[in-house]
Amino acid sequence: MKVDVLIAGAGPAGLAAAVELRRAGVGRVLVADREETAGGVPRHCQHTGFGLRDLHRALTGPAYARRYAALAARAGAEIRTGTTVTGWAGDRELTLTSPHGIETVHAAAVLLATGCRERPRPARLIPGSRVPGIMTTGELQQRVYLHRQRLPGRAVIVGAEHVSFSAALTLAHAGAQVAGLVTGYPAQQSYRAFQLGTRLRWHAPVWVNSTISRVAATPGSRLAGVELADSRTGATRFVPCSLLVFTGDWIPDHELARAGGVPLDPGTGGPAVDTALETGTPLVFAAGNLIHPAETADVAALTGRHAARHIAAALATSPAPAGPRVPLAVEPPLRWITPAAVRPPLLPPRGRFLLRCDSFHQADRIEVRQGPRLLASARTGRLIPTRPVHLPGGWVAHVDPAAGPVNIRLS
Amino acid sequence: MSVAPGGDDDADVLIVGAGVVGTAIARTLAGYQLSVALVDAAVDVGTGTSKANTAILHTGFDTEPGSLESQLLRRGSQLLSDYAGLAGIPVERTGALLVAWTPEQEAALPGIAGKARRNGVTDISPRTSAELYQAEPHLGPGARAGLLIPGESIICPWTTTLAYATEAVRAGVRLLLGTRVQDVRPGPEKHEVRTSRGPLRCRWLINAAGLYSDQVDRMLGGSSFTITPRRGELIVFDKLARPLLSAILLPVPTARTKGVLIAPTVYGNVLLGPTAEDVTDRTDTATTAAGLAGLLDAGRRLLPGLAAEEVTASYAGLRAATEHRDYQIRVDEKLRYACAGGIRSTGLSASLGIAEYLAGQLGAAGLKLISRETTGPPVMPYLGQAGVRPYQDPARIAADPEYGRIVCHCERVSRGEIRDALASTLPPADLDGLRRRTRAGNGRCQGFYCAATVSELLAGGAAQ
Repeated sequence: MKVDVLIAGAGPAGLAAAVELRRAGVGRVLVADREETAGGVPRHCQHTGFGLRDLHRALTGPAYARRYAALAARAGAEIRTGTTVTGWAGDRELTLTSPHGIETVHAAAVLLATGCRERPRPARLIPGSRVPGIMTTGELQQRVYLHRQRLPGRAVIVGAEHVSFSAALTLAHAGAQVAGLVTGYPAQQSYRAFQLGTRLRWHAPVWVNSTISRVAATPGSRLAGVELADSRTGATRFVPCSLLVFTGDWIPDHELARAGGVPLDPGTGGPAVDTALETGTPLVFAAGNLIHPAETADVAALTGRHAARHIAAALATSPAPAGPRVPLAVEPPLRWITPAAVRPPLLPPRGRFLLRCDSFHQADRIEVRQGPRLLASARTGRLIPTRPVHLPGGWVAHVDPAAGPVNIRLS
Repeated sequence: MSVAPGGDDDADVLIVGAGVVGTAIARTLAGYQLSVALVDAAVDVGTGTSKANTAILHTGFDTEPGSLESQLLRRGSQLLSDYAGLAGIPVERTGALLVAWTPEQEAALPGIAGKARRNGVTDISPRTSAELYQAEPHLGPGARAGLLIPGESIICPWTTTLAYATEAVRAGVRLLLGTRVQDVRPGPEKHEVRTSRGPLRCRWLINAAGLYSDQVDRMLGGSSFTITPRRGELIVFDKLARPLLSAILLPVPTARTKGVLIAPTVYGNVLLGPTAEDVTDRTDTATTAAGLAGLLDAGRRLLPGLAAEEVTASYAGLRAATEHRDYQIRVDEKLRYACAGGIRSTGLSASLGIAEYLAGQLGAAGLKLISRETTGPPVMPYLGQAGVRPYQDPARIAADPEYGRIVCHCERVSRGEIRDALASTLPPADLDGLRRRTRAGNGRCQGFYCAATVSELLAGGAAQ
């Protein structure tokens, strides 16, 4: 089968891109998603607040997912669910498996929008027993909101970022009692109100500067609890629990990208994209939480929309010649920046770059330099690990394509 | 399933322990006109050492020449290679490179090669440093020399035990799971076996109780060995690490352990381990911070590229080590008792050799072995990465679209395969059991995407 654009992943980024591509007049747009229902992660996020920046309304996750699937279908995109993109048969030829069989799709352009997932316990190298009752927020939400399971018991949440407090609400909804949240950082990273709410509602503390040093089992091989170690003093404490939820610590689902030899950005772990969201492989683009693990759904949708505009431009009968890519590099404590390359004068999605920082900092300035030349210096708000840092992208036009990499650091 | 003469609780032969050794013995004895019962305390077969090991089909090149282990390992390895082909057990003949990193280790290589030849493994050959790096370009710096052992292979340990047990049950062996043997009262005609699920009677008792084989041995008056569980922690890396190596990378062994190795798995991952630590608790399969850190350190030296890859799983297995170097296999004709204990770490590779040897010993000791027709090895669902899985097979999907409906995305397990496992001769009792039968939930996301759905399918299947 031949299509103009194949989109891998029908989450917010993939669906928003499909809508935009059709709006821009692109002919055949196929969105493949391995799940049975389109919509991505919002399908199992019950809280409201979805759609603020992209649809200018507040919806629950499932309503947002349904709305995007309907918008994409109405725009004339073909959405195939229960369809896994299993690999590459050529440059922009991909193999799809579904109950209807195996098919190779030839696409003029490809958009990777495969999202991200939370690192599970083994990937975090948490020692101790292997017992049931240990899960990620993603699994927890699906159990509770898609399968209506009750999870009575006492839960420890690993992580203290936005999604961690969301997990607390999900656990409460499922009948669990929240014993507390554990974070390796010196403070929680979400809104103060969330922490206060958690403390008042469940008397659940946030154990800071702490890691799980051991998962303990009962004689019957159930979860007995966790041993927490204070990273400053080495002191340990035992917290009994029957549920352990690993939250955050996102990793892009980059398997398809890697299988196709698409170069990765070592910072995000997702495909290295330029300001047009094109990867190192021509006419293969990437958007959504695959390139910024993890932002809210509306931000993912907006990067999808951004990629779609550039895909449409690239597929136009006389595309503008693409300028050379100039890589961006961040210095610690900045962890990553996305897009991690500029193609002057193209601006990044929403006109700004997204960054992550590994430690807490009071309001600071970010400097952008190319060699000795200062391209920009922007004020930041308070820098909080796991939360986005925004860098306005107006300086992109001043990047000299011949002057080497651009460095970004806190001043 | 056959009903033993004299009632449900009565058998000619009772095998204690449904690990890889116990199930191998059961399938071998199922080929004779005998009523056979197989009991295990766990809710599934192969839940002890048999499920948590390095998943290597050894040639036995480094065993003690002349030992029973050497003999049975060589024989068992050949038998299992053939059996795997018939039963659809994934096996890849990757070969192994034994790598020397120090002058002392290099000096030990000729001795290891000589020992291999005495063990009948004659196709072993030396490798220079340059040859090692040519074969394994991602090998860490400092490899001085090595040996190539072409016969070493990787295998699926789960399918092996399940295939033996399936064949045994289909041939009439009574499998009693969740049945812990508490005591044995030997008798002149029948042994009375007290279990957690009521009494059983048998004429012959075979001890294949693995980590508990010394305890069962004591119930029959034995005292010749004691099990000291040796814990081995292992780390499984993401499939994206698989291109980093092609052969099994072995260290130069010491008297105590074969050391930390790196091996591909038949599921397409990379395995690093095991550690070797004597523990007292026979259930202590917890990993430790020190163990995991030590492994990662070793992994970074052996194969530096591993450092950038994600870890998919870590686990620990217990090997049934004894104070003896060799297997503890003996048949007591008077007591009508056979012991297959102390099968430290080579039980998987030697399993069919042990079963064949033990059957011979039992026959010599007076157990009547009259052959009978059986249907032979079952054809098991194929879990390997090297062959064609259902999701890759257009004909299979066309015949049954459920094989195109992928449920576990990381391992690409279809709903059809989960349905088949739930309807199989030995259906899974829990998610772990389903994982060992299908790979569902075994991948990098560890359930982020599919665990909720898969557990619903399991509950639905169990309810039917």
